[in-house]
Amino acid sequence: MTKRIKVNGQQHEVSSDSDTPLLYVLRDELGLHGPKFGCGLAQCGACTVHYAGEATRSCVLPVGTVEEEVTTVEGLGSAAKPHPLQEAFISEQAAQCGYCINGMLMTAAALLKKVPNPTESQIREALDNNLCRCGTHMRIIKAVKRAAGGVK
Amino acid sequence: MTVTRRDFLATAGILTVAFSLPLPAAGQATNRFDDVDAWIRIDGRGDVTVFCGKAELGTGVSTALAQMVAEELDVQLERVHLVLADTALCPDQLPTYGSLSITRAGPELRRAAAEARFALLDLASIKMGTPAEKLKTGDGAVVTATGQTLSYGDLVRESRLHRVVRKDVPLKQPNDFKVIGRSRSRVDIPAKVHGTHAYVHNHVVEGMIHGRVCRSPVPGAKPVHIDDTALKTIAGKPRVYTKGAFVGVVAETEIAAIRAAAALKVEWQGGQTLGSPDEIRRRLLDTPAKEIALINTQAQSPAPAASAKTVEAEYLVPFQMHASIGPSCALAHVTSEGATVWSGTQSSFLTRDSLATMLGLPADRVRLIWMEASGCYGHNGADDCTADAALLSQLSGKPVRVQWMRHDEHAHEPKGVAMVMRARASATPDGQIVDWEYETWSPSHSARPFAAAAGNLLAGAELGMQKNYAVVGADYNMEPSYVLPRSKVTLHLVQQPQLRVSPLRGLGSVQNLFAIESLMDELAFSVDQDPIEFRLRHLKDERSKAVLRAVARLSNWKGKPREGKTLYGQGVGFIHYNNHGAYVAAVVDVLIDKESGAVSVERVSVAHDCGLVVNPDGLRNQIEGNTIQAISRALLERVSFEPGGVTSLDWSSYPILRFSQVPKEIAIELVDRPDQPALGAGEQTTCAVVPAVANAIFNASGARLREIPFSAERVLAAMPRRN
Repeated sequence: MTKRIKVNGQQHEVSSDSDTPLLYVLRDELGLHGPKFGCGLAQCGACTVHYAGEATRSCVLPVGTVEEEVTTVEGLGSAAKPHPLQEAFISEQAAQCGYCINGMLMTAAALLKKVPNPTESQIREALDNNLCRCGTHMRIIKAVKRAAGGVK
Repeated sequence: MTVTRRDFLATAGILTVAFSLPLPAAGQATNRFDDVDAWIRIDGRGDVTVFCGKAELGTGVSTALAQMVAEELDVQLERVHLVLADTALCPDQLPTYGSLSITRAGPELRRAAAEARFALLDLASIKMGTPAEKLKTGDGAVVTATGQTLSYGDLVRESRLHRVVRKDVPLKQPNDFKVIGRSRSRVDIPAKVHGTHAYVHNHVVEGMIHGRVCRSPVPGAKPVHIDDTALKTIAGKPRVYTKGAFVGVVAETEIAAIRAAAALKVEWQGGQTLGSPDEIRRRLLDTPAKEIALINTQAQSPAPAASAKTVEAEYLVPFQMHASIGPSCALAHVTSEGATVWSGTQSSFLTRDSLATMLGLPADRVRLIWMEASGCYGHNGADDCTADAALLSQLSGKPVRVQWMRHDEHAHEPKGVAMVMRARASATPDGQIVDWEYETWSPSHSARPFAAAAGNLLAGAELGMQKNYAVVGADYNMEPSYVLPRSKVTLHLVQQPQLRVSPLRGLGSVQNLFAIESLMDELAFSVDQDPIEFRLRHLKDERSKAVLRAVARLSNWKGKPREGKTLYGQGVGFIHYNNHGAYVAAVVDVLIDKESGAVSVERVSVAHDCGLVVNPDGLRNQIEGNTIQAISRALLERVSFEPGGVTSLDWSSYPILRFSQVPKEIAIELVDRPDQPALGAGEQTTCAVVPAVANAIFNASGARLREIPFSAERVLAAMPRRN
């Protein structure tokens, strides 16, 4: 069985069965390693992608239900053409091991689309279901503020 | 197995520098490459490759180590490339643990780089006919007095030189530092935010299949019946492999392996029951233990007078987790000839050796290629997962990638140690400590594998191999940093841990300092002394006093509670890591909801002296991370389990601190001492923050909590009744 999905602006034909969570299709079939497996339970956020523009946990989204466009962190920006959040995360040195950072970026990017100038409490609320074990939270908050265009 | 170190070096650049170092303490030395401990290569383009035995665990050491090389070699940081912890290419600089990377590996690399710079000067001297003393180096080139330059790349392209590093090779002096001591952007962060970083989880080997493990919830159980009927309906050719008590599956795709592992029905028999968290205290106190007297000076001075105030208390820390966000992952390709494994281990060489034992291969036929994994904060499931991949590859004959599922990591990572600490101390009414008795009950903190302990790997144990736990960690910071006239300190080294344990950030220093720093607070309170002043008067060491004074300023220390809609208080914690490492003092400001007892940490102030600071911003990142992890461990974390297994199997049953719970501010003062040796900074702040949280809760509410975690229910129950 094959299915067409649109990821980062490109159409792909994928062969995983329809119950396969999108995460494995992205990582194993398309070689997009930005989204990470963290829990498989939609609890930690490491696998977050944009689906139809919303921050979505790809570890529990069956590929068979994917009709809208998917954007991964690779599609958000790149070293050559970084997203303002990626630049801000580098400026604030907002990573340690970095395993959670995909989810932080994708969740924050979705927030900034809806709320271009969030307050600190809006940032904290938006990221509350994204777990970081290294304790990089303070820098992540600063980076999101920086990307949003200044400290509030 | 296609590249050997010799091949690599034969084809590598032209200037190679070998250096000899003092061997590590007896019993620790492993593979030292004929006493040549580390190598630097400079190629014709002037790029510098450094072979380093340490791993990057997400703490930023790879940047700091590269800064040290760039400093001594006079090259741009961007020119320095590190090859980390590959057993075929790198010297064994011991595992990446104990906050020792900058402390120990740093000077080793600095000496190598310094020697390389002298070698380049000598080469240029011959080539230019100018005495080496009249030449200088800068930005990857040798420079003459008249401004003529010869790039390192050009120098090594035409000449060949091997050179052994002198033990006393002159190093740059702090006044001349241009790279050390300056904040530099971490080299790993851009790829991490662009989704292109080379994590082991992302590694792909041609022809690889995917594996998962099916493990008994309790150690020592045997599979007596395996029903694989359900696997027949799963696409991707799942196949079950068993050996001893090891049960695993492989399949062509990752999702097939996951489905097969979930569908496989294994009936387990026997094994060790785990008991419950309620039994932690009893089991620690009752299990046979080896009594180790660490200090006893009671005979040297009289017992305290009757007027002395005495505090007696018992403290308990439960099992906690490393709780890495990414479950462990590894790849292995094992043949009858040898093995190559890709792993995020902390201990490439020890793990390589234990894998060789488990696989029945000579160690020199096993190559472990280290790749970065999710942060581990100690010995998590990385080694066990590596063994699972290796065994499944050996059994299937194919390269196998295994990533543990979330429940695998939560259930089977070796846990941070549960400990009981009991103290009895007395102070005179004017605040002088006159007696100190302190006891700790703890097993060893290490289940790290090594050659003679392949059974320390879960798969190795399931094959019936030898377990052997090195004794480490329980006594960390048991010996008080305070000057005490009369003390008795005793370790009860418990022989059998209730759960499998291994180092978690800080090891026993976290538990012992939770007890000791709480006790200092209780004593100070009993004699009506300010907790910081009380500590200062019992410290002799100037650097200890300096961080306490600094944190008092930084935190605007009042040490006075405020009652309002919510209760507010401040608490302090201090560590001089094992009395020879870094000095850290922390003040925590808390708010407590009077109705619920819920604690929120508002602000944390940290004064930090780890000697020479290489990358100040990288260090701050570490201190912030330690602080947040410590608050999480203090307020939230306790592994749940029952006789039949661990029940904290996901993030809802093992919560960690979230964005809504982290402080508003973490204020840090770095006490930079560039003329002093680097002391390491990976774990010390954790040990100061945990007791500071306990002491702040007491200051705010009068609730003295002697058991972690400080849940709202416990705070409420311990609060004195108020009118």
